[in-house]
Amino acid sequence: MTVTEPALATARQPRSFAHPASLALGLLLPVGLALAWELAVRAGLSDGRLVPPPSRIWDTLAELASTGELQRHTLATVLRVAAGFGLGVVAGTLAGAITGYSALMRGLLDPTLQALRAIPSIAWVPLFILWLGIFESSKITLIAVGVFFPVYLGVMGAVLSVDRKIVEVGRVFRLSGPAMVWRILLPAVLPAYVIALRSGLGLGWMFVVAAELLGASEGLGYLLVDGQQLGKPAQIVAAIVVFAVIGKTTDWMLTSAAAPFLRWEDRYGARA
Amino acid sequence: MLSIAHVGKTYDNAVRALDGVSLAVAPGEIVAVVGGSGCGKSTLLRLVSGLDNPSQGTVALDGDTIMSPHEKIGIVFQEPRLLPWLTVAGNVGFGLTSLLKAERRERVARQLDRVGLADKANMWPRELSGGQAQRVALARALVMRPAVLLLDEPFSALDAFTRVDLQDHLLDLWADSKPTLVVVTHDVDEAIVLADRVVVMHPQPGRVFAEIEIDLPRPRDRQSAAYDFAKRRVLAALDRSLNRKITDDRETKSETGAAMWW
Ligand SMILES: Nc1ncnc2c1ncn2[C@@H]1O[C@H](COP(=O)(O)OP(=O)(O)O)[C@@H](O)[C@H]1O
Ligand SMILES: [Mg+2]
Repeated sequence: MTVTEPALATARQPRSFAHPASLALGLLLPVGLALAWELAVRAGLSDGRLVPPPSRIWDTLAELASTGELQRHTLATVLRVAAGFGLGVVAGTLAGAITGYSALMRGLLDPTLQALRAIPSIAWVPLFILWLGIFESSKITLIAVGVFFPVYLGVMGAVLSVDRKIVEVGRVFRLSGPAMVWRILLPAVLPAYVIALRSGLGLGWMFVVAAELLGASEGLGYLLVDGQQLGKPAQIVAAIVVFAVIGKTTDWMLTSAAAPFLRWEDRYGARA
Repeated sequence: MLSIAHVGKTYDNAVRALDGVSLAVAPGEIVAVVGGSGCGKSTLLRLVSGLDNPSQGTVALDGDTIMSPHEKIGIVFQEPRLLPWLTVAGNVGFGLTSLLKAERRERVARQLDRVGLADKANMWPRELSGGQAQRVALARALVMRPAVLLLDEPFSALDAFTRVDLQDHLLDLWADSKPTLVVVTHDVDEAIVLADRVVVMHPQPGRVFAEIEIDLPRPRDRQSAAYDFAKRRVLAALDRSLNRKITDDRETKSETGAAMWW
């Protein structure tokens, strides 16, 4: 291990310098604007009713948290995304692996799936509600559909583009079918798979909002609707902030979970 | 004994890559296969390795017909083809899964030591130079203790210094257990440094055109007159395989001929 240290250290160096600086630069605009708005409202230049200043958003968050409502709504949303993401990932991975592996299955399934993909997923909502009712099932299904397509496309593309030369190495060492999958194909598709999962997760968060806006009695999307109907913009912005934070957090969790398996990667910006 | 008998190969696109190739290679013998680009050298090795099957004829090792990769036959390709997600040691031990962990580690360590990369065991393939990566590929094949090792232009992507280095190194490794080597190359010098016998191939369709014994003592002196003479014989055969006339000024003619293979 000690031998690899210098190489890794030099590779990481730019990051440790660039990261805080670029972070500060990136934060300049949003923090500056928020601060300016806060000051403007305090100076009485605006009453901040429609566009609440940061302090009022913070108060709203604190209040929602103190009654336990924030936790309840957040949990409901997270559970929906988790269920929909899980289903979408399982289905997308299976379909992608099968169509990537077998030209016959690709010819059979891919045209249909591509056609279904062309339908804006929200258009399914009325049908899902008719089929599955207005409660959890229809929402989770919608999220799963959103997650399915990027995962399916990502996995199929990744399996199709596995280097034949590397597969031949597996053949020379006389790997059995399962060993070929486990020792060659799986590691080879992993980088692309992580990217597919990340876009799937992003769409999952998008679709949970859609599902909850269309009717829910709890969830962050419900807080949005409630804030609109009762004229509480601070609550709407508070819910948006929570969406942003947990969306970013789950994406970070996914990349961190995958990182130990991708240390070998050799691509530009792999460490960024 | 590796025997290639009346082997022909026609690809799906109707390209006739090999036609009636017969070759017998004794245990421990080093055979170099030379010939212009596209004359079926890689195809021949793929058939012997079992990665592809002949359209006619058979390839057999000690009477075993080769129709799929064989445990006693190893191959090193032009590219190292290391698995990027495994460390150097992981790559070398890739085929040793049937061994216990400790024994496997021991065999890998010893082989890495043999190729002079003991200190690189925990590196990723991307951290290696081209020559080091190709040594790892050699180690990965040799650690399996193959009876036959096939090499398809193994050093052609390397610079001249590294190439000469690795040719000597290959002979050194070969001396450990004396496996049969079949080395495809387009470098006549490489063929003469390495081989007991040089097989000259003829293109379209690929055929064996000539076989030239090189009975020079090892290690071979690349500067000696005997070496030069052997080289000229091979170059002349290559010329004739392409129906080129040989003029009186054989040496210059041979040099121009040589440029064609490089
Ligand atoms: N997989 C393949 N499919 C179709 N034709 C091929 C294939 N591999 C090689 N060929 C053809 O077979 C001939 C011999 O190729 P090859 O064995 O690679 O030659 P060499 O290694 O001597 O350069 C060439 O004409 C090449 O185009
Ligand atoms: Mg070739």
